[in-house]
This record gives sequence, structure tokens and C-alpha cells, in this order.
Amino acid sequence: MNETVPARNIGSYVPMIDGPEKVSGRAKYTADLIAPGMLAGRIYRSPYSHAEILEVDIAEALRLPGVKAIVTGADCDRTFGVLPIARSEHPLARDKVRYRGEPVAAVAAIDDATAKRAIGLIRLKVRELPAYYTAQAALVPAACNIHAHRPGNVERDVLFELGSVEQGFGDADLVREASYNCAEVCQNQMEMHAAVADYDRERARMTVHASTQVPYYVHLMLAQILDMDMSRIRVVKPHVGGGFGCRTETLNVELIAALLAKRAGGCVRMMINREETFITHRGRPETDIRLKLGLRRDGRITAVECECYQRGGAHSGYGIVTILYAGSMLYAIYDLHNVKYIGKRVLTNTPPCGAFRGHGTVDIRFAFESLLDQMAHELELDPIAVRRANYLTAPTFTDNDLMVNSYGLPECVDWVERASGWKARKGRLGNAKGLGFACSHYISGASKPVNWTGEPHATVKIKLDFDGSIVVLSGAADIGQGSTTILAQTVGEVLGLDLARIRVLTGDSEVVPKDNGSYSSRVTFMVGNAAIEAAHHLRRVLVEAAARKLEAKPEEIECLGEIYRAGAQDKGLTFNEVVTEALRDTGTITVTGNYSTIPQSHGGKKYRGAAIGGTMGYSYSAQVVEVRVDEDTGVVSVDKVWVAHDCGKALNRLTVEGQVQGSVWMGMGQAMSEETAYHDGLLITGNMLDYRVPTIEDSPPIEVGIVESNDPHGPFGAKEAGEGSLAAFLPALTNAIADAIGVRFNDLPVTPDRVFAAVEKRRRAHNGRSRAA
Amino acid sequence: MGRLLELMLNGRPRTDAVADNLLLLDYLREIVGLTGTKTGCDGGECGACTVLVDDRPRLSCLTLAATLQGRRVDTIESLARDGRLSAVQRGFHEKLGSQCGYCTPGFIMASAGLLRRNPSPNENEIRAALGSNICRCTGYVKIIEAVKYAAELHAAGASP
Repeated sequence: MNETVPARNIGSYVPMIDGPEKVSGRAKYTADLIAPGMLAGRIYRSPYSHAEILEVDIAEALRLPGVKAIVTGADCDRTFGVLPIARSEHPLARDKVRYRGEPVAAVAAIDDATAKRAIGLIRLKVRELPAYYTAQAALVPAACNIHAHRPGNVERDVLFELGSVEQGFGDADLVREASYNCAEVCQNQMEMHAAVADYDRERARMTVHASTQVPYYVHLMLAQILDMDMSRIRVVKPHVGGGFGCRTETLNVELIAALLAKRAGGCVRMMINREETFITHRGRPETDIRLKLGLRRDGRITAVECECYQRGGAHSGYGIVTILYAGSMLYAIYDLHNVKYIGKRVLTNTPPCGAFRGHGTVDIRFAFESLLDQMAHELELDPIAVRRANYLTAPTFTDNDLMVNSYGLPECVDWVERASGWKARKGRLGNAKGLGFACSHYISGASKPVNWTGEPHATVKIKLDFDGSIVVLSGAADIGQGSTTILAQTVGEVLGLDLARIRVLTGDSEVVPKDNGSYSSRVTFMVGNAAIEAAHHLRRVLVEAAARKLEAKPEEIECLGEIYRAGAQDKGLTFNEVVTEALRDTGTITVTGNYSTIPQSHGGKKYRGAAIGGTMGYSYSAQVVEVRVDEDTGVVSVDKVWVAHDCGKALNRLTVEGQVQGSVWMGMGQAMSEETAYHDGLLITGNMLDYRVPTIEDSPPIEVGIVESNDPHGPFGAKEAGEGSLAAFLPALTNAIADAIGVRFNDLPVTPDRVFAAVEKRRRAHNGRSRAA
Repeated sequence: MGRLLELMLNGRPRTDAVADNLLLLDYLREIVGLTGTKTGCDGGECGACTVLVDDRPRLSCLTLAATLQGRRVDTIESLARDGRLSAVQRGFHEKLGSQCGYCTPGFIMASAGLLRRNPSPNENEIRAALGSNICRCTGYVKIIEAVKYAAELHAAGASP
């Protein structure tokens, strides 16, 4: 007879439980929610970068047959924004427009063609103002203020010095300083933004389906913008086609759709196109960095001085947090002591930036790992040995009070060193081929939520009824990363049940518990822990029921998933028999699991904003990139990437690999080809040909090593896997190019034009020297 | 102006009155209600709307519906047979060739088109066949694995 054993659900390769819908075309995304009678929404956008609005004339557009509603800034004087301390954005511009493409008015009509015609009839009269397209231009003392409450166009100044950089540089054998520029990049997720807003005038209720990462924020912002009680609003997140951070913030798209639906008393589908999705933006800001490092001959870092300017765009958005992350996350990867950080987040007349995968950490890490590599070279040290000389020892707190409990960086470094054949191959490939190395890290969820309400960070409910199916209810937003699958796996693991018994319900505020959403890689860690707690509660209920039925004590009951028994000789009860017994007294069973971060993880108070960077667990990554440079064309080919990621414990090896490969590849896009470019504030890369995303033909094999450091607080030891490996690619690439051709690139993206120009410059200099000799 | 369009859509004959300027993409999604075919860009840049016309991959966002008189059009909804996923669908599901899933129908149709004309493609042939489809999640590594696995399943008898 086959012995019944509990089903194992974590640690293996598990395809996503919602995969069959996605591969069959049945998965519904927001734009797929087509209903008879719905209206088509369209947005009229500013053709000016910076101007005072004198008049928005909608009279002629309103007269067009088929137009059901038009809204302008005059219809909503309320503001929105992701940070409670910086909500300064109107869904439709009032008084001023601050970037080209900012929404000014919107139309709902019986069909898209009519809406489009109506947009063409709207007239905007303005008085133009000086516009600033770079951080430097906006900071000039004579510049006018883009927002009255932000004098000098500074969104946030950050300054801290922990330890003494003067002393640190004095202790160094080598001090070097360099400047870096990283172009602005955009998430460019495959699904363009969309919202379907349905207003029920009879009952004064609003239902909004939106392509969002945080339905809860959308709910809050709808209440604020529509001036409606939250209880009258329902937010649904259908399948979402990626986000990578741009959908963390509530976007003007869903707010405008709701304003139109309320005005029209009906259902409005707003689908913005690719160019508008780029303009809605919330990507990574253009960043200028000046970095100075002190290094001892043994590779120890003695001091860090970093100055960082971010071109934030026309609204606050996440800006304050982004500029703080850039400083705080200098720490928690190496053992640093004398660190000075100067950060400036600047408002400009370009589309607003936001939180892009690796939020705030990526460009700084590029600079840091580049300069470290350059200095290692100068000191004739192995770049890997330099990292080894600076490891943290966990558990520890960094100088800026970040809590590090698990630290798998050394194992990551060892893995890529071995897998890539680093020792034998580095510096010896010849023929303009090279190897580059770098490390990076990221948080597993911000330890303090944006909206501090005192509630737990995550709540998961499980319902069990007469049918014996386990229904997990969670507000966690699956945006393709696989959070729904992770929830099923964690609950299944605790209960010893096969995933076939488990259903996961998410994304509808009418049904599921509130969740803080999919950002900062928080879901597996926080929601996973809440799910585990809920499952343990359910298991206890079932064990007690089995004990009653078997006339045994609960501690004598053995849970084998499908069988509960009182000792090995007992034939036991089937799961369905236990459920029937458990339901006898209470009827339908619901249990709740909560999770909250511990205060020690909340970061410190040594400078204003020092809580940013605090998390329950840091992931770590190391990468080796192999490149080939064609010096005649400037084309760089990435032949192979080896990446090791410390995710604590891989709950699902398949999705961990997928997340790590996706991160590395997204880093490759930023490093090699992606850039949002503007001409006088006009976006000139608003499509997927000019905003150049790597294709399958440009993309290398990416070999993933999974390192499991077993975090003491993580769900089954897990930490994040979806962001931390992005940043290391950028410096690993430029370090590899330096190894291949001896030229170092400090400005991103490293396009063929830039490589060709640098190689030509070196050739000319070389020829000049030859002639002089 | 408009006309009556007669075509074979997902194995069924169908007649619709369509405007001359109606895109195949909008015909499929907005008129027929087959929303599995996705819009990912402003025209011809991303491949998310790929369908098969007489077994050849075609961008439905650059195709006028009215040009398909008498032609055979297959969308993502046509692949599963008797409730079972096709080889390519199974490959993308089991090997995680799909994360957010939005580019997936386009990739799957381009891959199905590839396997219909070349049942055992090598890696370079896979890359070439999928070179005009963009995915933002996977880095393509598992998409290549998915198509290789689908070719194996196809060789063992599964429909592509």
C-alpha cells in the first residue's frame, strides 16, 4: 500500500497556476473588458512644456454628436500622488501645464472615432513660460518655479555624513573620483495603460478596473479625486501586463476615466496608446553622479563620497523616496564606514519619473561598481578580491541602521567566479572580448508602508467550506511575477495539500482583504508570511476537528495533507471527513493570517528620511558578463551572462529563474540601448523602435545560480528575487568592455555610436603619438 | 465604405459586414470578441497582435480585415484541442515562457507558425522567427526553452 505523505509545494519548479489562461488567450486584461454601450475615452494633452492656462475651450467639442462628456481641470481641484507628503498633481492640469503631454481635458464618446474628432475640436489658450529640460537648467538661480511650493525647483535635498570622509580618504592608498551619467529610462511594459470606469448613478457607486500594481492606492486616490466615500468605490485589478514600478503610483489614466464615467453616468473604457504610455512615464530619472572612493592597497574601502542629481520631471511622484534610496542603499552590500551623500531631486518640465525596478539603487550601483573595478585595476587587484575584502558579517546593522540578517553575497560571488571560469579566462580572452564583474542588492519590501495606518503590513484570509476546496483571499497584485502562485504554494505547503485543491482569489476590493500592493519586492516576503500564518490557523482548526472525531488529543494528530490520523496504525480520516467535522459547529470556516515588520527593520533616525532603505531582508546578486566588441562598428555583443542571486530560499525555482533572467535582461536594455529622449520637451522616442528594447536576437543566454541564505524572518527563509539582479548588469557590462578594449564608459546607454566614437578617439590619439614618436 | 467579409476564422466559416478601413486586430477584438489577440504598440513594433493567415504569422494591426476575403485566420483561441493545450501553449506554460502573459499570444502564434513550416527548428531559427516580437518580462531565455520543448512535444504527436 502506498503511504500517504503530505504534498510538497515549495523548492521545486512549479509552473504558474494562472498560466493556462495566459497561454490560451482567456486571461482578461483591462482593455479586454468590452461591454455593449460602453463609451470610449480619450485625453487631450498639452502641446506646451510649461505654460499658464488661460482658457480650455470645449464648447465646439461638446456640440459634436456622440460626445457624452468632457472634463477639464476646472472639474477637479483635488490633487493626487503616491506620497502623502507630496500630493501635488491634478488629474487634469489646472492653472498651469508643466510638461508636454500633460492631460488637460478628456472626452467620452459613443466610439473612439467620435472621441478622437472631439479632441481635435478642443482649444487651449496659454501664456508660455520658460521651460527646463535638465536638472542643471532648472537649478539656475534665475529659473522660475515649476511648483510654487518648491522654491528653486528642488523637490528634495539630502545630505548626510556618517563617520568622517576626510579621515577615510586620509587612510586610503588610492583615492579616485569620477562622474557618471545614466539616461532616463522607461518601464515600457507590454500592456499599455488602460482603465474601465463604470459609474452607477442610481446607487452612487463607482467601479474601476485598472492596470495597476496597487489597487489599494487607486482606491484611496479615487475617493480623494472624486470626493466619494471609499465604501462606494470598488477597484478591480484584472490580469496586468507587467508594471516594473510605473503602476505602483495611481496614474492619471484611471482617475480621468472615473471623472468621465461620473460625468457621463456610464461606463468608460480608456485605452491610451504606446506613445501616451511613455508620456505617462514614472520611469527611472536621468541621473548625474559624482563618486569618490578611497581604497587601501588590500582592497578595503575607506571612504565614499557621492553626489547625485536626479531629473525628476514635472511632479513630485515618488521623487523624495527615490533620492533617499540612492543614498541609503550605498549601504547594506559592503562594510562601509565613512560615507557622505549629497542628493538633489530636481523638478523639470519633462514627464514625471517614478519607481522603476531597483528603485533608486540602480544608477548609484552602476557608478559604485564601475569605480571600484577601475581602482582594482589600478591597484592590480582582482576585482573579485576587492569585493571579498569588504564583505559584511551578518547579522549586523549598518552605519545607517539598516538590519542585515542574512547575507549570501559571498556564495553568489563564488558561484559566478566558478561558473564563468573567471580565474582562467579574465583578461585572457583577446580579440576584443572581455569579462566584467559586479554585485548588487535590493530590499524585500519597504519596512514602513507609504500610508502608515497602524494595520498589519499584510493580511491573508483562507475560506474553507463544504466542498473542501481551499480558497485563499489576498489583495496581492499579480502583475506577472507569480505572486498568486506563491500564495498557493505556501498555503499548500503548510497544509500538505496538492495545488489542485487550492484556489487563489485576488484583485477585487469587494472580496479580498486590502493589500499594500506589488512594489519594492514586498509580496513574497510579507504576503507570503501572512499566508503561512493563515494556513497554520486553518491547520490547527482541522487538527482539532480530527482529534474530536478520532477521540484523541490534538497533539497526537498527524496531518498528512489528505489524511489526518492519530498514530501510524490508525487508518485515519480523509481530508473531506475532517472538513465535515470541522464545519459542524461553525459552518463555513474563515481564518486570517497577518504579517508586520519588526521595529528593528525600520531604519534609523540619523538623518531626515533615514527610514528609506529599511527592510526585513536584503537580496544579493553577483554577475559576470562576457562581451565581444566590434571595433569597426562599435557594436557590443553580450555572449553570456552568469548571475547568482541570494533569494534566501527559492520557493519556486522556475519563477525565481524567470525573475532573475528578466531583471538581468532589463538591466541590459538600460545599459546598452534604452533612453527616453526629448527635443524641447517633446518625447522623440515614444515608440518601440526609437525606444530600443533588446530583441530575442540581441539577447544572451543567462545562466542563473540560486543561492539560499535562509533568512530567519523570510517565509520558509525566502527573500526577494525580482529586482536585485538588475543593477549589477550595468557595471558588469562596462567593466567587461573595459576588459575587452581598455575603454571605460561612464555614460549610459553604451550605444554603438558611443563605442565607435571612443574607439576612434583612442585610435587618433594613438596615431598622434606614433607620429610624434 | 464597407463590404461583406467571408473568411474561415479559427476553423469556422464566418460572414461579417466590415468597414474598408477596419484593422484585422479591431475586427477580432471589438467585433468578434476574440480578445486573446493583444495590442502592444501604435503599429507594427511589438508583435503582440500576431495571428496566422493561411498558417503564416501576420501582424493583425497592420492588416485590413477586408483583405482577408476567403482566407484562413487562426488566433490564439484556436490552438487548444478538446480542452487540451497545444504543444506551443504547453511549452510556454510549463517552461515559463510567459510571465505577465501580454506578449504571449503573439509569441505563441509566431512560434506555432514556425513549427507548422519547420517542425524541428534550431536555436538560430527560433530566434529569427521570433525576432519581431518583444517581451519585457522574460529576457527571452525561457521563451527559447519553451519553443524547443514545444518542438519535442510536436514531434511526439501533439498539435503545434
